[in-house]
Amino acid sequence: METDLSSQDRKDLDKFIKFFALKTVQVIVQARLGEKICTRSSSSPTGSDWFNLAIKDIPEVTHEAKKALSGQLPAVGRSMCVEISLKTSEGDSMELEIWCLEMNERCDKEIKVSYTVYNRLSLLLKSLLAITRVTPAYRLSRKQGHEYVILYRIYFGEVQLNGLGEGFQTVRVGTVGTPVGTISLSCAYRINLAFMSTRQFERTPPIMGIIIDHFVDRPYPSSSPMHPCNYRTAGEEVGVTYPSVEDSQEVCTTSFSTSPPSQLSSSRLSYQPAVLGLGSADLAYPIVFTAGLNATHPHQLMVPGKEGGVPFTPNQPAHGAQADQERLMTHTPSDGIHCAATPTSSEDTETVSNSSEGRASPHDVLETVFARKVGAFVNKPMNQVNPPESPGTTSPLHGSLHSDGSSGASSGNNHDDFVMIDFKPAFSKDDILPMDLGTFYREFQNPPQLSSLSIDIGAQSMAEDLDSLPEKLAVHEKNVREFDAFVETLQ
Amino acid sequence: MNCRSEVLEVSVEGRQVEEALLAVLHTVLLHRSTGKFHYKKEGTYSIGTVGIQDVDCDFIDFTYVRVSSEELDRALRKAVGEFKDALRNSGGDGLGQMSLEFYQKKKSRWPFSDECIPWEVWTVKVHVVALATEQERQICREKVGEKLCEKIINIVEVMNRHEYLPKMPTQSEVDNVFDTGLPDVQPYLYKISFQITDALGASVTTTVRRLIKDTLAL
Repeated sequence: METDLSSQDRKDLDKFIKFFALKTVQVIVQARLGEKICTRSSSSPTGSDWFNLAIKDIPEVTHEAKKALSGQLPAVGRSMCVEISLKTSEGDSMELEIWCLEMNERCDKEIKVSYTVYNRLSLLLKSLLAITRVTPAYRLSRKQGHEYVILYRIYFGEVQLNGLGEGFQTVRVGTVGTPVGTISLSCAYRINLAFMSTRQFERTPPIMGIIIDHFVDRPYPSSSPMHPCNYRTAGEEVGVTYPSVEDSQEVCTTSFSTSPPSQLSSSRLSYQPAVLGLGSADLAYPIVFTAGLNATHPHQLMVPGKEGGVPFTPNQPAHGAQADQERLMTHTPSDGIHCAATPTSSEDTETVSNSSEGRASPHDVLETVFARKVGAFVNKPMNQVNPPESPGTTSPLHGSLHSDGSSGASSGNNHDDFVMIDFKPAFSKDDILPMDLGTFYREFQNPPQLSSLSIDIGAQSMAEDLDSLPEKLAVHEKNVREFDAFVETLQ
Repeated sequence: MNCRSEVLEVSVEGRQVEEALLAVLHTVLLHRSTGKFHYKKEGTYSIGTVGIQDVDCDFIDFTYVRVSSEELDRALRKAVGEFKDALRNSGGDGLGQMSLEFYQKKKSRWPFSDECIPWEVWTVKVHVVALATEQERQICREKVGEKLCEKIINIVEVMNRHEYLPKMPTQSEVDNVFDTGLPDVQPYLYKISFQITDALGASVTTTVRRLIKDTLAL
């Protein structure tokens, strides 16, 4: 089967597939960074842009992809998968999408490798660019920052779709037939965005909310860690240096021929450093969870970094273990907080790193050490972290989110035809008998006579008043000291 | 050969017309554009690089990707603007359609002029709705965004069929296949036209045919 393909074609094909896989990962991760992408067209070929598309190469992403591939190529039964998940500040995480680059056995022997396959792979990348903006996770990723972050994970092998919940949908990006098999790119994405909380009831809620700004990752040995779809410029990363990717053997096909295949011009493939800005620093934006959101889980959304530093979460196969891990992770910051009112970075670093080192985890779980740079406090109601409550009772931390949630929930209930509105007008006589405006107005129009103005009473009291005057004067003279004291206080 | 024809329909509010059309047209052109060709000796050529950029819509909850070419964007915006004006001025039910046609030129002998043979036509039927309340507009924003997502998936599906594409031309033929007039990208030769239809679906008063790029006209 493979003897039909010339060795040069075979080598080219393998190279195309390898770089296609790397570029696919770049496109997917960059689409989930939360920023708009913009690259320039260049009319003169530079030789470093694979598939004639200007797609930047973020070194960490390439590094992770190469690590996952470990020198292999996607083949039958061995797919390259990019998993996109969402993680809230409290440690809840949820898989959003799995992008799969697969190979099946259907071969297209007639197809020309250096030309048709290459162009079709280029077309497939363009389709991937379009499709990555269209799945629900895109809008979520554009709003990440305070309350949640988007993480990615690359793995190689069998596709695992279990974490996507029920009723996930699949969209096919495209296929390209090659002489060794058909490359197929697709995305399975979650529909049901209700949070599946892995929290247990006995977990102690943090007393105060914490905004964690930066987590600096340290290199670690791991099989497949989660990575944030946020990144910082190389200068900010402390202690993290990825080996620069130098592939002197890798050349980018830039020359084509309209006549029978001729020599390919070779150019050095160079990776550009990621000089891209931080993730969008949205302030307290609520998550837009559309239909499917379980109203009994109001959010419990705290705000991890507003500027993009994100905890590295080890991804583990078992949910139980993951819950433990998450619990530990959120405990450590709160432990740090209990120590001091205003956390200093050094103190927290110590506390956090001690506790995280303590949880040396089993086999494929990596050991992450967090060094928190800045911490700030946010007042958070005590009951926010508890298990399901009715929507109305949770007091809003970020007013917009919860009011949206609760109004959304309550508006559904207030569809009675008439609602008894009990209001107390300001002009009513007393609180017990509120009266309406008409009655008040009528009474106002016809007030009773002032008693002192009625004549018969007045005539009689005049005489009485004159008689009682001396007595009154005597009483007042007795109290003259009190009057004086009162006058003193006035002065 | 037969011309492939694809029809998409969208129902949008008046102010969303331009963005919806641009999203569809740009997505199609993203797939139907390559980098600039540079021919060398011995019949080989190299291809430039196509940049891409995200565009957020102001009136629709949607983001689309287009090629980084300001001239191409301008040309599309101009055409879409004209369509929108015609739609508004027609005073009809707000029904119209815009067509993006990819064609090849076939040189004919003198005295006949070159033939334009379409090989793919994308038609977008637009139905403009009028909304009364702000809440309806908000819902429309989201709904139209979702609909556009479906349209993009449809477009990608068609592109993925790998059906007929013109053969890569030699240097002398390149202008018969590609639009080489842009400085940074090279789309296949295309034409944009539109029609305003009345409720009966018949093309009425305004049938405007505009050639966005006309390289050779006899």
